[in-house]
Amino acid sequence: MIRLPLILIFSAILFSTGVYGVLARRNAVLVLMSIELMLNAVNINLVAFSQHLQEITGQVFALFVITVAAAEVGIGLAIVILIYRNRETINVDEVNLLKW
Amino acid sequence: MTGAEIVFVIVGLAGVIGAFRVVTARNVVHAALYLVIALSATAGVYLLLAAEFVAWVQILIYVGAIVILFLFGLMLTKAPIGREALDNQRRGVAFFVGAAILAGLVLLFLNAFGWDETRVDPVQGTATAVGTSIFSRFVLPFEAISFLLLAALIGAIVLSRKDDPVVRERKGGRP
Repeated sequence: MIRLPLILIFSAILFSTGVYGVLARRNAVLVLMSIELMLNAVNINLVAFSQHLQEITGQVFALFVITVAAAEVGIGLAIVILIYRNRETINVDEVNLLKW
Repeated sequence: MTGAEIVFVIVGLAGVIGAFRVVTARNVVHAALYLVIALSATAGVYLLLAAEFVAWVQILIYVGAIVILFLFGLMLTKAPIGREALDNQRRGVAFFVGAAILAGLVLLFLNAFGWDETRVDPVQGTATAVGTSIFSRFVLPFEAISFLLLAALIGAIVLSRKDDPVVRERKGGRP
């Protein structure tokens, strides 16, 4: 028996750490890692509520989120390597081609 | 505090420390290795919640595949060392936003769910239960997500492939 708010607070800490990382980091790979932290926090909530409500659907959705995260990292790293090949940098504040 | 809660707090502290080090590490490879700690602690939390299938998928996909992908990404790009090179100049704003989100979420959770009356009583989460649910109620999303994975795979290959020499010559650009 684990108190539900304890799990939710743990996931909130992970999520806000991820938000800090996305905003503070300028290396694109580190930004992707912080996004993974946020997705993990969401997954913890899904599993916790799944067990709290005695309903397996939350865990199925956690699996779907893990799959989407894997696809996202694959595409994201491909884009990062492409940017590095073209611009010699992966700092997100120096890649401003689409900035008006 | 029950025994499960004490174990949860220990595992959770390890995960939180790992996550903090991911966003503050001065060396990108260290950040990736601390990410392993954070993700493994998450898998431990799943195990404590008796969601064993999700826990093993987490170990296999995240720790086994995604972190390796990150390490390859770091290997193929030039990674500077040092906090100034890895962070931008908005660290204070970022910290404020993160702390505000944390405070808001904690207040919301404590308001919505009382500290003592809501408890998680894990009962299910085996591969049988998850698989039965996927292949009875979520067949279409499952197929859609397989297609998404295929599309992402092909997209990643197309994006990261080197340019055709013929195309490069026609454009006159450097390789």
